[in-house]
Formats: sequence, C-alpha cells, structure tokens
Amino acid sequence: MRKKRTFLPETYVVLMLLLMYLPIFVVVAYSFNDTKLFHWAGFTFSWYQKLFHNQTIINAFFNSLKLAVLSSGLAAILGTMGAVGMAGRTFFGKGALEGLSTVPIMIPEIILGMAYLSFFSLLQVPFGMLTLVAAHTTFCVPYIFINVKASLQSLDPALGEAALDLGASRRRVFFDITAPLIFPSILSGSLLAFAMSMDDVVISFFVTGPETATLPLQVYSMLKMGVTPEINALCTVMLGTVFLLVAGARLFQSARKAKKGR
Amino acid sequence: MKRNKNRPPITLLPMALWTTVFVAVPLVYVLGLSFMKKAATWGVVAEFSLDSYKNLLNPVYLKVFAQSFWVAILTTVFALLIGYPFAYFTAKLPKKHRSLVLMLMLVPFWTNSLVRIYGWMILLRSQGVINGLLMQFGVIDKPLKLLYTFGAVLVGMVYALLPFMVLAIYNSVCKVDWSLVEASRDLGAGRAKAFFTVTLPLTMPGVMAGCVLVFIPSVGLFFISDLLGGAKTMLLGNLIKNELLSAKNWPMGAALSIAMMAVTLLVIRLYQHFSRDQNLEGLL
Repeated sequence: MRKKRTFLPETYVVLMLLLMYLPIFVVVAYSFNDTKLFHWAGFTFSWYQKLFHNQTIINAFFNSLKLAVLSSGLAAILGTMGAVGMAGRTFFGKGALEGLSTVPIMIPEIILGMAYLSFFSLLQVPFGMLTLVAAHTTFCVPYIFINVKASLQSLDPALGEAALDLGASRRRVFFDITAPLIFPSILSGSLLAFAMSMDDVVISFFVTGPETATLPLQVYSMLKMGVTPEINALCTVMLGTVFLLVAGARLFQSARKAKKGR
Repeated sequence: MKRNKNRPPITLLPMALWTTVFVAVPLVYVLGLSFMKKAATWGVVAEFSLDSYKNLLNPVYLKVFAQSFWVAILTTVFALLIGYPFAYFTAKLPKKHRSLVLMLMLVPFWTNSLVRIYGWMILLRSQGVINGLLMQFGVIDKPLKLLYTFGAVLVGMVYALLPFMVLAIYNSVCKVDWSLVEASRDLGAGRAKAFFTVTLPLTMPGVMAGCVLVFIPSVGLFFISDLLGGAKTMLLGNLIKNELLSAKNWPMGAALSIAMMAVTLLVIRLYQHFSRDQNLEGLL
C-alpha cells in the first residue's frame, strides 16, 4: 500500500515552534525600538547603553551568578555523594531518604518558599545570600542526585569488580573508574540545576534579603512597577547568552562525536 | 574485605543531613504552624488552634481554591491537546530533525521564564502587537482587552509548562514498538482506530506523567497570574503569598500550603495507582 504523503505533521511542528518563539521575537524587536511607547519608531541601541550603566541590574546579575554557582556547586557535591553512597545497597530508610531528597522538585515551589520564610524567621537567620544559597542548594540537589543515580544504575558493575580483583582499593576504583564514567551525568545535572537557580522566582521571592535581589526578582519588580524598555534589552542579552551557550554545547558535542569517529 | 551492604555509608551523611534540615524540618514546622494562632500584631502564638483550617471553608478561600484548580485543569488539558501532537509528530521525524526540534523547543525553556511572560505582555496589551495588527487590518476598531484577563493567565501557564508535557509524551512515543501498530493496521484497523486502540494506550504512561508535571506547578506559579491576570485572577499561589506578606497571617498561609500539599500528594498517589509507576520514575 502506498502511503499518502501529507505535510501536516511538519507544518504543525513548525507552526508550534514559531508560536513558542513569538513572545521572544517581540522582546528582541522592542529592545531596538527608539521609543518608550509601543509603535515602531526606528532602530536604536540606547536601551543597551542604559542597561549597561544600570548598577542595580548589574548587581542583581552578579548576585544571581554567585548564587547559582554556589548552590549548584554545593548541590553537586551533596547529590553525587548521596547517589554514590546509595548505589548497590539496601538499608533501613533508603526509600524514605530517596523520596525526601526528591520532594523539593515534586511539590509546588511556593510551599518550600513559605516553609523557608517561616523557618528562617523562627531561627532568626538574617535573609540574604546565606538563606538564598541554602534554599537554592536544596532544590538543586534532586537534579544532580537523580541524574547521577540513573547513570550509576546503567554502569557495568564488572568494571569495578575487575579493578578490585586486580588489587585496586575501593578509593582507587571510585576515582579511576566510577568517577570518570559518571562525570557527564554530574555535569549535566549541575547545568540543569544552575539554569533552574538562575531562573527561580518563587522560592527566591520568599528568602531574599534587602540587598540581594537576584536578576529574576529584579525583572519581576521592574515588570510589576511599570515597563521600561531596558527590560527588553536585558531580556535580549539573557536570551542571547542562552543561545550562545546551547549552540556552544552542541558544537562541543558534535566535535567530540567526530573525534570519536562515531 | 566484604563491605556491609545493609548499612548506610558515611558518604550519604551530608545529603541526609541537608535534606533533613532543609526539607523535613521546615515542612514539619509548616505543619505545626498551621495549627497555631495568629498573634494580634505580628508573628504567631504557640497555642493549639484549628482556626486556620476552619477558615479554609470560608467561601472567599473556597472560591480561590476552585479558581486555582479550574486554571490547573484547563492548563493541563490545553497542554495535553497541544503537546501530544507536537510530541508525536516530533518523535516520528527523521532522527536529525528530531533533536533539532527538541533543542529549539528547550532553548526558550532554558531562558528566564519572566522574559517569556513579558513577551506575552507586549503581545497582549491594549496598544500591543496583536491589537495593533487587528486594528490595522480593520478586524476591530477598538482594542480588545486581552491582557489582565483569565485567558491571558491561561495562555501564560500553558506556554510556561508545555515543555514538561511534550518531553514526557515524547519519551513514551519513542518507546512505542511500532510493529504493534503495523500489526493492527494489517489486521484491518483504520488509522484512527489503530491510534486510539494501540498507540494511545502505549503512550499513556507519558500522558499521565506529563499531566502530573503540568498540573502540580500550575497551582503555585503566582507570578504568571500576577503579571498576566492583574489582581483579578487570584490563584492559590497568590493567596499564600498575600497571607504571608500582606496579611501577615502565617498560620493561614501554612494551612493553605498544607492543603496544597495534600492535593499534590493526592495527585501523585493517583498517578502511582494508574500508571503503576511506584518509584515515580516517569516524573523524574
């Protein structure tokens, strides 16, 4: 039977992608618009100049960056150690611990936000970078833990056993065999955690201090107060960065594949 | 030397401590808080009370609950209706196009969610792009009210959460054994029948996982309804935020959080039951 060829599937996929990019295109276009109003008034870079001289936004950006690096780094250590420690063992409370450690990404974020607001107030911890890092690390851990756990499960146990038989110590097996094999999963988990931390609005909203507005919080308050075209410029810069990073990662991957000869 | 496989190892300690201190303890504290009383001025009185839970039955709160779940259900349904064909068609594309489409879908998802919501604000507002175009072409002569409506909130929610649905369904479409579908076609099933009796049931795990992944966050994303719905569309997330920060009624905020958590757990239990995915692997 000859299959009738329609282009419906492709058309649908392309249309949906266009729709997904529509709001993004609009933001980029308006960032070059030479007016504060909404009609098109010619091309300008002035919003970018204003943006790069806006100390509040620059500070917020560095707050976010510091926060994301600290919390995804800390979470990478905690999550990897946890996943490695759990692998291949059964002990009392294992299921409970596994469940508990994935709770932060299972429940709506606002619950965790509210929990931290009240909990840190009770302990009288001053709200600021410290509370932000604690909160972000907590929701970053699951991304790394789950990723590393899955990668450990797909690992061939014979590799480690062979090394043990040949006289390697457990420590050596871990650092020479296991660690290099699970490294990609640690990295991809940490990247995801990093992105989630950079993007978080809800939890940060509840645990931030007076001087530690993160970039998303800064954008949120600017949007709530009224629109300035600097936001368009800021958003375009953020989008551009992500596009460059993703494109870079893909180039890196395909270069590695080519090197391996596929 | 044989290691003891039934004892938790020391490497587990940091994560176990961290999750206890920063997940278990705060959540238990919220539970406790929900049974306390609001102090007259600020803070709480450590005195057992069911006031906050009684308050939940107040029609004002019940209305917010109803609206929240209505938004969450509609968001899930639209994300499914839009996301299923997208995931299905993408999974059936040639391999190199497949990864390109997935990447193109995920890039906006990796960028700041506020940026994307802001794009919708520009599109929808009364002097915005959509109204401008409609007036230009004479479809309407006065701008339509698009922003700060229930519909705008829905658009923002579906837009923000669609990738979760697509990825979950895509993974399960990729696992489908197409020879089963071919067999049903050989045995005389039409395209539609083959889809509804073979393909759809086979991809049900993905559909269920996608629905859970969209439903749960949609109850709590207060900033989308704040920015696109104005103050009119009050959702559970907005309510909790207001109770905490404006009304300073922490026990009430805690009770609302507990109620939200109960619903979340119920949804997850239902998912476990119907998808027979006890370890929630489909959700992670």
